Amino acid sequence: MKDENTPLYDTDVPVGDLAGRLSATWSDPPGFRGWLASVDHKSIARRYLITAGAFLLLGGILSLMIRVQLSAPNRRWLSPDAYNQIFTMHGTTMMFLFAVPVMEAVAVFIVPLMVGSRIMAFPRLNAFSYWVYLFGGIMVWVAFFLNIGPDAGWFSYPPLAGPEYGAGKRSDFWAQLITFTEISALAVSVEIIVTVFKFRAPGMSLQRIPIFVWAMLVTSFCIIFAMPSIVVCSSMLIADRLVGTHFFNPAEGGDALLWQHLFWFFGHPEVYIIFLPAVGMASTIIETGARRGIVGYPLAVISIISIGFLSFGLWVHHMFATGLPRVGNSLFTASSMAIAIPTGAQLFCWIATCWGRRVRLTTPVLFVAAFFLTFLSGGLTGVMLASVPFDQQATDSYFIVGHIHYVLLGGAVAPLLGAFYYWFPKFSGRHLSEYWGRWHVALYVIGVNLAFAPMLALGVRGMTRRIYTYPDHADWGALNFAATLGAAIIALSFLVFTVNILRSLRQSSNAGDNPWDAGTLEWACSSPPPVYNFVHIPVIASRTPLWEGPDSIGQVTGLQVDRKEVVVTRGLDSTVDLRDPVPTPTLWPLIAALATTAMLIGSIFKPSALVWGSIPVAIGMIGWLYPRKRNNT
Amino acid sequence: MSTKIDVRHLPEFAFEHRMPIWWGTAFFMVIEGSAFLMTLTAYAYLASQNPDWPLSRVLPNPWIGSVLLGWLLISEVPNMWLKRRIKRCELKPTRIGMAVMSLVGLIAVGLRCFELGYINVRWDSNAFGSMIWALIFLHTTHIVVDVAETLVMTAMAFLSPLNGRRYVDLSENAEYWDFVVLTWIPVYLAIYWIPRWMAH
Repeated sequence: MKDENTPLYDTDVPVGDLAGRLSATWSDPPGFRGWLASVDHKSIARRYLITAGAFLLLGGILSLMIRVQLSAPNRRWLSPDAYNQIFTMHGTTMMFLFAVPVMEAVAVFIVPLMVGSRIMAFPRLNAFSYWVYLFGGIMVWVAFFLNIGPDAGWFSYPPLAGPEYGAGKRSDFWAQLITFTEISALAVSVEIIVTVFKFRAPGMSLQRIPIFVWAMLVTSFCIIFAMPSIVVCSSMLIADRLVGTHFFNPAEGGDALLWQHLFWFFGHPEVYIIFLPAVGMASTIIETGARRGIVGYPLAVISIISIGFLSFGLWVHHMFATGLPRVGNSLFTASSMAIAIPTGAQLFCWIATCWGRRVRLTTPVLFVAAFFLTFLSGGLTGVMLASVPFDQQATDSYFIVGHIHYVLLGGAVAPLLGAFYYWFPKFSGRHLSEYWGRWHVALYVIGVNLAFAPMLALGVRGMTRRIYTYPDHADWGALNFAATLGAAIIALSFLVFTVNILRSLRQSSNAGDNPWDAGTLEWACSSPPPVYNFVHIPVIASRTPLWEGPDSIGQVTGLQVDRKEVVVTRGLDSTVDLRDPVPTPTLWPLIAALATTAMLIGSIFKPSALVWGSIPVAIGMIGWLYPRKRNNT
Repeated sequence: MSTKIDVRHLPEFAFEHRMPIWWGTAFFMVIEGSAFLMTLTAYAYLASQNPDWPLSRVLPNPWIGSVLLGWLLISEVPNMWLKRRIKRCELKPTRIGMAVMSLVGLIAVGLRCFELGYINVRWDSNAFGSMIWALIFLHTTHIVVDVAETLVMTAMAFLSPLNGRRYVDLSENAEYWDFVVLTWIPVYLAIYWIPRWMAH
């Protein structure tokens, strides 16, 4: 197919004019409308990051409210009902509106750059996924402010969340929030996988894929296989509540434990959906810090893949206290302990990479060190909980609360913060202050340990999770006060972080293309990257092409510059295969997301909205996909 | 000396796994296939927990469901034919095939509407009824979405000239129909026959 005009190729344009030409072709339309219509992966990723940051702030404020409430015995500052909503909203926000989206946000920004592409696959779907995520988050927070926030815990067990005990609309908002976040996460996962399969730079064969990209690829597969399970169970829950089905009602042949199986079949991989990107981030930071490609690359990749696989064989360890057959319990104990093996292998790859090198102790590297320290202790409490007799003592106690927070703040948030410092120059063109970065690390490590180590002790002393206050004679006051102090220090560390970001954004763009002297492709373009990412799509011959000398990166030529165009490569050996026109900016994904939102919220109040509401969704989808002159997936 | 690769002469489209959209469609099928699988697993779990499964004495009447199964299986004949024509980018046969598949799809939706009257157990009667309706709802969504998509694509195929990339879209649409047909087989068995086998 040819356009009416003769196509203009990059080779036809003088080298000096090429960047300007590409910029004119690839830029979003001007103004607010153009901003809304953007399908550029970097714009969308920045929105994701800012939105996830806002939800982190909201979830963090809730955690401080919880800690203030528990700081001393017999406090009645929050009512039991408000407390239920607050801890549910805290967990739900942090898991579904912060942890998964923020990891995906980093990937949406970095993965296309790291594989040397100009786009994320399916750019309009990417825009749609962001809007759906934003609207879902707004929905549940508006409900919370209207005193109809979910109140049955972040895993929303029936019968508590079912129609018998969960009156009103509270748990409906929770179940529907799950639908929003699942749509968004599943869409991003497909985009990541297809970007890695089909848009890698020529020459990036399987053994040259950066570890972070491997980690995001495996994470995306975990999302694709884990999340349908929670889609199914949250739909069943809302059906039980709204149209009188009996999936979880034992009186009519249903089973409340069915919920736990389906939820944790998603919920356990979820932990690794958050942890594996962090592994990829830590590997990247260590490679650059030690200025050496990761030692044992095949082993590191295989351990990431095996962690992904094993994560699906662990869900029953969340249900040891439900009286399942003993053989099942033993099997799941074994698999829970087995996952320590690939995790250990990964750790040894990191140690070997640092071995004998003078690792530069920058803030990202310090955060990775903080990750080792806290994740090791957090991870070890997980090995303890994998043992059934111990788990039965500790279940539903503060030991679990301490464990989950150690693992998530140590194992995922610490490397994430490191990655944020590491890639901030690429996001914004500016450095974050190393001085304030060190304060951030120090306060964070002290805060995390002070907040969560006492919780482990409190659990052993019998403090159950989710109680809104406790009596004097329980003697839990001192440890709870320490935990509250720790939480305040974590909050202070984020205040330092925020000030650091704001200070940096006020400075002029000064980071340079490759401030850390890193080896991977995202540092080959300017900081922040231009809208088209690379003037020429790179051709590579190494896993760390930027360390191989100036002539080591080749160029793809012969792409059009008068329309957005990229090259599609073959999945395994990454040789060039097709030229691919790229969809233009459009408002249709936003319109489709608004229609989806109306349908999903409407169905909470009137189930038939699922039928009538699908008509505007269909119109949105047709407008989105209707072929115009250019392709528009 | 750095490598230069000229891609000026590469094609703009190909069929199947060479195209990103093929992978996108394939992974959405994996996602939806997993949703079917999890629903069937939930069904098996509830059946294993209830010694008197199926909980209803009157079971879903299989005759329209069976007609639909036959119709869907037969529909693969024109669908396979259409897929071959699409891949050869033949305009007229593609248009005819799309029109035929639209009609086939509409009849399938019609049969499904009738079928809903023969389920014989309400979703709010017991967990068995809930499971049956969950399965049929899931599959009905797929039939309706695919038929709607086919109708829109047929209209497009008639209203405007087709280029290579639109042939790829039509090809994806036709492959999605395979998914709709294939998923009906286990769902059909779970709704109509497994309860009968378990009742004996």
